[in-house]
Amino acid sequence: MNETRFRFLNEERKRELVKNWRKFSSNPLSIVGLISVLIVLFLAIFAPWVAPYPQSWGRWVDFNNVLKPPSWTNWMGTDNFGRDIMSRIFFGFRYDLMMAAAILVMVVPLGTILGLIAGYFSGTFIDTIIMRVTDVFLAIPSLVLALAICSLLEPSLFNSMMAVSVLWWPWYSRLSYGIAISLKNEYFVQASELIGASTPHILFREILPNCLSPIFTKMTLDVGWVILIGASLAFVGLGAQEPIPALGNMVSAGTKYMPDYWWMTIFPAIAIAFTILGFNLLGDGIRDLLAVEEV
Amino acid sequence: MSEEILRVKDLIKFFKTTQGVVRAVDRVSFSIQKGETFGLVGESGSGKSTTAFTIMGVYPPTGGEIFFKGVKLTGGVKSRPLSLKKDMQMVFQDPGSSLNPRHSIGQIIELPLKVHKLYENNRKERVEEILKMVGLPLDFTRRYPRQLGGGEKQLVAISRAIASEPSFIALDEPTSALDVSMQAKIINTLLRIQKELDLSYLFITHNLSLMRNVATRVGIMYLGKLLEVAPTSEFFIKPLHPYTKMLISSIPVITKEEEKLKPERIISRGEIPSPVNVPPGCAFHPRCVECQEMCSKTEPEMIEVEENHYVRCNLYIDQSK
Amino acid sequence: MQERLLEIQGLHLNYKVYEGYLKVLNGVEFNIDKGEKVGLIGESGCGKTTTMRSIMRTLPSNAVITAGKILFKGKDILTASMDEVQSLRRNNISMIFQDPTAALNPVFKIEEIFSDIIRFSVRTSSKKLTKDEIKLKAVEALKAAALPDPERILQNYPIQLSGGMRQRVCIAMALISSNDLLIADEPGTNLDVTIEDQILRLLGNLVNERGTSIILISHALGAVKGLVDRVYVMYAGNMVEVAKTDDLFSDPLHPYTSNLFKTVPKLTGGGIPEAIKGRIPDYFDPPKGCRFCPRCDHAMPICEKETPTFKDMGDKHEVACFLYS
Repeated sequence: MNETRFRFLNEERKRELVKNWRKFSSNPLSIVGLISVLIVLFLAIFAPWVAPYPQSWGRWVDFNNVLKPPSWTNWMGTDNFGRDIMSRIFFGFRYDLMMAAAILVMVVPLGTILGLIAGYFSGTFIDTIIMRVTDVFLAIPSLVLALAICSLLEPSLFNSMMAVSVLWWPWYSRLSYGIAISLKNEYFVQASELIGASTPHILFREILPNCLSPIFTKMTLDVGWVILIGASLAFVGLGAQEPIPALGNMVSAGTKYMPDYWWMTIFPAIAIAFTILGFNLLGDGIRDLLAVEEV
Repeated sequence: MSEEILRVKDLIKFFKTTQGVVRAVDRVSFSIQKGETFGLVGESGSGKSTTAFTIMGVYPPTGGEIFFKGVKLTGGVKSRPLSLKKDMQMVFQDPGSSLNPRHSIGQIIELPLKVHKLYENNRKERVEEILKMVGLPLDFTRRYPRQLGGGEKQLVAISRAIASEPSFIALDEPTSALDVSMQAKIINTLLRIQKELDLSYLFITHNLSLMRNVATRVGIMYLGKLLEVAPTSEFFIKPLHPYTKMLISSIPVITKEEEKLKPERIISRGEIPSPVNVPPGCAFHPRCVECQEMCSKTEPEMIEVEENHYVRCNLYIDQSK
Repeated sequence: MQERLLEIQGLHLNYKVYEGYLKVLNGVEFNIDKGEKVGLIGESGCGKTTTMRSIMRTLPSNAVITAGKILFKGKDILTASMDEVQSLRRNNISMIFQDPTAALNPVFKIEEIFSDIIRFSVRTSSKKLTKDEIKLKAVEALKAAALPDPERILQNYPIQLSGGMRQRVCIAMALISSNDLLIADEPGTNLDVTIEDQILRLLGNLVNERGTSIILISHALGAVKGLVDRVYVMYAGNMVEVAKTDDLFSDPLHPYTSNLFKTVPKLTGGGIPEAIKGRIPDYFDPPKGCRFCPRCDHAMPICEKETPTFKDMGDKHEVACFLYS
């Protein structure tokens, strides 16, 4: 009997998954997004094996092949050191995705927890302190703030990550703040207060699980934006430094050779656009899926 | 004389809003004996739910005193001792939002056991025992709230409330969102576990016919004030306050016996005013058919007209015992 | 013999959802004469509102009518063109909803809401009304709904009115365009008992004065009792019993009806019997025969196989149950 019950539940979960997949796949744009993201992830993870010239990623010079236009041997041409652009783009996905992941891993828990606390204690001084600090960060244009921080510190990949993190957390505290405020007055939160559950229990076991789906959606949408900001910093020389093949500094390096050697700039730029578009389409798809579930 | 579980004395709860001060609960006093069901009836906006929420500490009271088993309660729920939360529980009106959608039924019922460190070695068995007590199948422990019907959710909420073995439960319109056949099941379950566990209830509803079958004593609330308190049988046979008469005569009934019980038809008129602008004098006077000149000026006091039958009305001012 | 106004014959309706079909209406039979007041009772989820929405042709897009006819004055609504349906909605049938707050658009003044309705309802009669005439009509309608100071109410937004007043406004709106049939879907359920009493009395007076037919839907049995001539009882997509109001309440025949009456808390006290076991069937896979069969104390072998049809027990009392065949 126990076993049949278990199977029944598994069956139900499976049916739900299939149902969600159908809903998600009914929008062709979501599928495009998903496929793009999968391609980017695949190339990033397996860059050393799929890149035609894996040695191109670092300090490597081949003066025989400098600034070659796209050809059958170098599909996207070579740069001023004779390195294969396509291989560098694959490694560039790696750095950009790693940066985005590292930033979100720092930012999301911090922002979410601060927002939860502020929302649950809304109306008290805790709320005032946390949310006013949040407002201050939100009031400064994010790119300007990032530029300011990066130019104060030594330009490097790590420092640009720190800068983006500093300006990104307020969005998550805003999001979880709103959810926490509305859930605070739900009967199930009041019930656990009346039972005598501790504040951490209410925050993390009662309220937090109900915030996860919107936060996850926002994370997917944000990957694209974080990559864009990281690329912008790299473009102005405040992010990753040569010879690290971040997509932003590849575009930046190519601008000196525009317009004659256009492939040095255009292909990394397309790669950035492709990544951002993919994550945004995927995020939109997930958001639609969850929005329906919430009603 | 049986043991007194809860005594509320001149309880006041005001809310400040942009439109003015809402006098949600205005000097309400009553007491609940052990094993008793005290019913609070009133129209929406009468402050009956606020009274329950204030007693439970969800809202800290503006004034007045609450005694639970002779101990004075102060402040909101967060400042109350854990042992008190074990002893007082509440069931909410909307079964949909009173269960966390992300928790399984087992987790929901287990929470009070964890918090109060009860049955630490055999929690799972205890949860199943509780489910059995309210008449739910045992495999519900693995289900999630969205897989349940409204009545079943409410039974789960009741299970959670009795899990910490309280002696007092506030029931805020526990069946108003449900159909009559489900209502019967919930009410009978509540009455059965009341006997089994020797519980005292504060039962809040707007449905007088339901109240007749559940409560041992009834209080009528209007605009934050208690207008009449009486034992249930007497309350329905001999209502005194004009508002009570109007309410009872407005109830739609389905049998001839019930029809006979209703007082002569008092045509209901007017609507309950906003609790921001409570009429001066007796709050009910603009809708009252027996309104006199003094009613718009002097607010009557609660008086005991017959034994245990209290009424707040100028008509009975001379009949005080 | 009274003139038949509306007749529903064997209406079957499914809702298409991802997992398959929800077989909601299972051969609904219903009729109402001109000037008649009919009640419809049943628990939530039994298909009351779906039935009424099929009359108004306002079903959601995933509803599929598989069989049956809805005849309004002898003409099938289900096959009528959209223009005809529009004209029906404007001039013949109108509806009052459970939630008056949701039924009134919060961004318009009552006057604007009314003037739209009045203009549309006279569009077919070819003459154009002036602003003053429209206002006069609106004031009249509000007065008829026993609203004090109609001039002031016309200038208000819905949010400035109380729940009872909003429902009166909805009734006034419905009566402007309705000449033949008024469908009231739980008009008092969201209101307090004293206000519900007032609203039901108002509805009763208005339909009596105008000779309008009314279908009153409710799960509050007592509310129906005071107002209507005849009551239909619905269970899980089937009409199970119909009778004159007094006959039905004093002598219910169908096991569902009698059990339903038992579970209603009585003012006389004495506890509430738990008369109906189980819960409403799953519409994906409803019972083959009588849909009440799994919950019925009198179930017989035939109940599991065949669906009972209405059988006349005399004096307009019809019941769909094998106990009486």
